[in-house]
Amino acid sequence: MKALAVHNLKKTYKNGAVALKGIDLSVEEGDFFALLGPNGAGKSTLIGIISSLVNASEGETRVFGISVQAQRSQAMAEIGLVPQEVNFNQFEKPFDIVVNQGGYYGVPRRIARERAEQYLNQLGLWDKAFKMSRTLSGGMKRRLLIARAMVHQPRLLILDEPTAGVDIEIRRSMWQFIEEINRAGTTVILTTHYLEEAENLCRNIAIIDHGEIIENTTMKTLLGKLDVETFVLDLRAPLERPPEVEGITLKLRDATTLEASIPKSFSLNRLFRALEDAGIEVSSMRNKANRLEELFMRLVHVEPPAHTEVVG
Amino acid sequence: MTEQVSARSYWIGYQTIVIKEITRIVRIWAQTLLPPVITMSLYFVIFGAIIGRRVGEMGGMPYMEFIVPGLIMLTVITNSYGNVTSSFFGAKFGKHIEELLVSPLPPWIILAGYITGAVFRALIVGTLVWLVAAFFAGFQMFHLGVSLSVLVLTAVVFALGGFVNGVYAQKFDDVTIIPTFVLQPMTYLGGVFFSVSLLPGIAQQIALFNPIVYMVNAFRFGLLGVSDVPLWTAYAIIIGFGVVLFAFCMSLLKRGVGLRT
Repeated sequence: MKALAVHNLKKTYKNGAVALKGIDLSVEEGDFFALLGPNGAGKSTLIGIISSLVNASEGETRVFGISVQAQRSQAMAEIGLVPQEVNFNQFEKPFDIVVNQGGYYGVPRRIARERAEQYLNQLGLWDKAFKMSRTLSGGMKRRLLIARAMVHQPRLLILDEPTAGVDIEIRRSMWQFIEEINRAGTTVILTTHYLEEAENLCRNIAIIDHGEIIENTTMKTLLGKLDVETFVLDLRAPLERPPEVEGITLKLRDATTLEASIPKSFSLNRLFRALEDAGIEVSSMRNKANRLEELFMRLVHVEPPAHTEVVG
Repeated sequence: MTEQVSARSYWIGYQTIVIKEITRIVRIWAQTLLPPVITMSLYFVIFGAIIGRRVGEMGGMPYMEFIVPGLIMLTVITNSYGNVTSSFFGAKFGKHIEELLVSPLPPWIILAGYITGAVFRALIVGTLVWLVAAFFAGFQMFHLGVSLSVLVLTAVVFALGGFVNGVYAQKFDDVTIIPTFVLQPMTYLGGVFFSVSLLPGIAQQIALFNPIVYMVNAFRFGLLGVSDVPLWTAYAIIIGFGVVLFAFCMSLLKRGVGLRT
């Protein structure tokens, strides 16, 4: 069964901005699905339409076969949403926020209290459960959003950049939690700017750009399309100009840093042999960007930055 | 397992909104429950005890007694309206209204929850002001059923009005414009401090277009047994306003005006 099926979805805002140009997308039940795209590509509009916060101009959205447009209440009962922005009342306590959200979804108060304790515990927030939520750190607030989205135990969990601004340790614990939820059967749709996360966690992927789906496939297939990888080599001694190696593009970033773009069909040994012949000694080597990031940049026509986190 | 959408789940959702609203009202009691009691005590002291003594009788009774129903209604109107505007607009401003908008709750349940919260506050402050009035003018209750029904219906009408205001408001200024420039003049000219029968010919006819005149007089009948307007006309007008406003609020919610993009 399809957890999500979107057909010919269009959205034009009142100011004339076209956010979605008639997209088709489907996510299988139980999947861990990445929805990627640069800022302003239409990701948030799509999530807004799925969660009924945004009215579609045209097209249909179904969640587990239930139409969001025609049977909103039934469709919403299946979804848990972790929004991009913190949107709970900061003058309430985390425990109350989670319990009340359960109430809106028809979870009896006693059960909502039990689940609030369970999820706040699992997400490492139980010791803060009765503190004012505005006193929580950024990472804690993000985890609270997850606990709130899980209280009615949805079959589809949508995470819109859930780890933005969260430190690496907390991020890992969050992903551990989400992976467990997914293993237990919950379908997960994730948008993130940390592409390494998407690469490691998601089985299937769609890339959206300028309101259109430009890629929709399995992660494995997509990564298989990467025909050239770029490596950064740190040199022991400075160079004036890069050496010439047939089939490999070499650029000097600075006197002691060399960038090598190597087609997948080429062996790295060939590069090292050529460098050794030229008397160039390499002290360390790393990927310029992770594989998904490199592909993403090419697909949305953006030059890759020097670091691994995609900006924007 | 996802919760199933049913009448029971809607009931739980409604209860949750009401509990949340009542908790908010009680938590910030110094802003919600105390000010009307202090303001109305001052009204009773100044207009009732000091000026009222010189006014003498109004509508066949001491002026102090005459103004009690109007002042209670003034409190009910401002508090029911203000409760929804502040709570709903606050939720919109802080974006936590999205908690409700992404939930399975249909618009009428969300509306009913906010209205019930406002009626609760109106009943509490109305009772408190009635007790304050009893201190100055003695306990007054001509017909409990009429008093209670008019108070609740009026609170519902103004809570619905406050909801419309909250939906359209974009900034904090927008939630004070209507109470200051529309509600307050209408209430003060709605027979709170005087009998509309004292107004000269044309002014009396104009005053009868003010729905608050009917609310204040119907409530005055409930407490004192006197009214400038027929009771059933007052009920018809209050209920009529309630029905029209409810339909308008539902239309706003269904279309997502000011809430969904």
